[in-house]
Amino acid sequence: MTSSDVQLMLDVKAGDDASFDVLLRKYRTPLVNFLYRMVRDTATAEDLAQEVFLRVYRARKDYSPSAKFTTWLFRIATNLALNSIRDNRHRSRDVSIDAPVEEDEAPLELPARETRIDQQMAERDRADTIRRAVTSLPEKQRVAVLLHKYEEMDYAEIAKILNCSESALKSLLFRAYETLRVQLAPLVAQPVAHRAGERRPL
Amino acid sequence: MKCEDVARELIPYLDRRANSALRMEIEDHLAACAACHARAQEFRKAWTALDDVPLVEPSLNFNARVRERIAAEPRPRWFRWLVPQPRLALSVALLLALGLWVARFSPSARQEQTSAVKAQDFEAVKDLGVIENLDVLTKFDALSELAPTDSPQPPVQPDSSQPSQPADGGGGDM
Repeated sequence: MTSSDVQLMLDVKAGDDASFDVLLRKYRTPLVNFLYRMVRDTATAEDLAQEVFLRVYRARKDYSPSAKFTTWLFRIATNLALNSIRDNRHRSRDVSIDAPVEEDEAPLELPARETRIDQQMAERDRADTIRRAVTSLPEKQRVAVLLHKYEEMDYAEIAKILNCSESALKSLLFRAYETLRVQLAPLVAQPVAHRAGERRPL
Repeated sequence: MKCEDVARELIPYLDRRANSALRMEIEDHLAACAACHARAQEFRKAWTALDDVPLVEPSLNFNARVRERIAAEPRPRWFRWLVPQPRLALSVALLLALGLWVARFSPSARQEQTSAVKAQDFEAVKDLGVIENLDVLTKFDALSELAPTDSPQPPVQPDSSQPSQPADGGGGDM
């Protein structure tokens, strides 16, 4: 039987570092992905994810299980991501879907006969377009979509992280998905074959 | 249910978090409204497309880096709570000194001191009439009023067995 996150955190508070390692292993990938989708830079996302865990460890003595552990964890991550975006706004990499492709994202010259590579490139471009569409959302909408879609959090938890009401969150999500619907319309008109069992149907 | 109501509840409907009653209402509307039905289909496609983003894996030394950063944190010292930050200690000391100075020299404190002195003077003035009145002073009863209250002196009764001396001292050499 696995311990709950709250119990693990209480164990960390009591001085059990092994429980901290369990939390680290469990949440490093979701956190790095969440932060990567927020800041669109792998190195920054990793650095921020490490900072999240550092802050959790620092706060262990004062931890009290007043909310779900993930609410606390992703609230820290959200605040760090938003601060990072604001700090780097002058050299922001936020790119509109209509903006020119950056140098490191320019499509490679592909041999026409290499259909496998061609397909991989198409998938990469597709993923990149989707990432850009998400990144182009206003910050709060972006956080809401990432927590709702990828972390599959319930409305109450997301509302707590964003410090808003559930009805305000629903409006926020509707506006965000409406924007994505419009931006991704050309993309969804040319769907790629999904790998079986990999995606969650809506 | 109107189109605006469907729009508001479309996301909970599509992510299957709406309750069954709400789902039925929305499905009834979608069956009857082509525009909302088309919109719901586009939302569904966009939602599905968001899955076409591969996961990013943390680097192999991720845990080690976290551990390094934790190890680099300054260690808490047992006497830290006894010795606060020097600036904080200085500030507290200055505030304390300022507080004492204000308490010592504030008008209210001076007024209290003045009031205490005045009260003593008033007591003395009250007794002044007794002290200055010679007639009263010749009577021991009156003097007893000036005696301290904690050690009352018994009133001195004139001895009736002794002849009283005239005030002028005369009449003894007859």
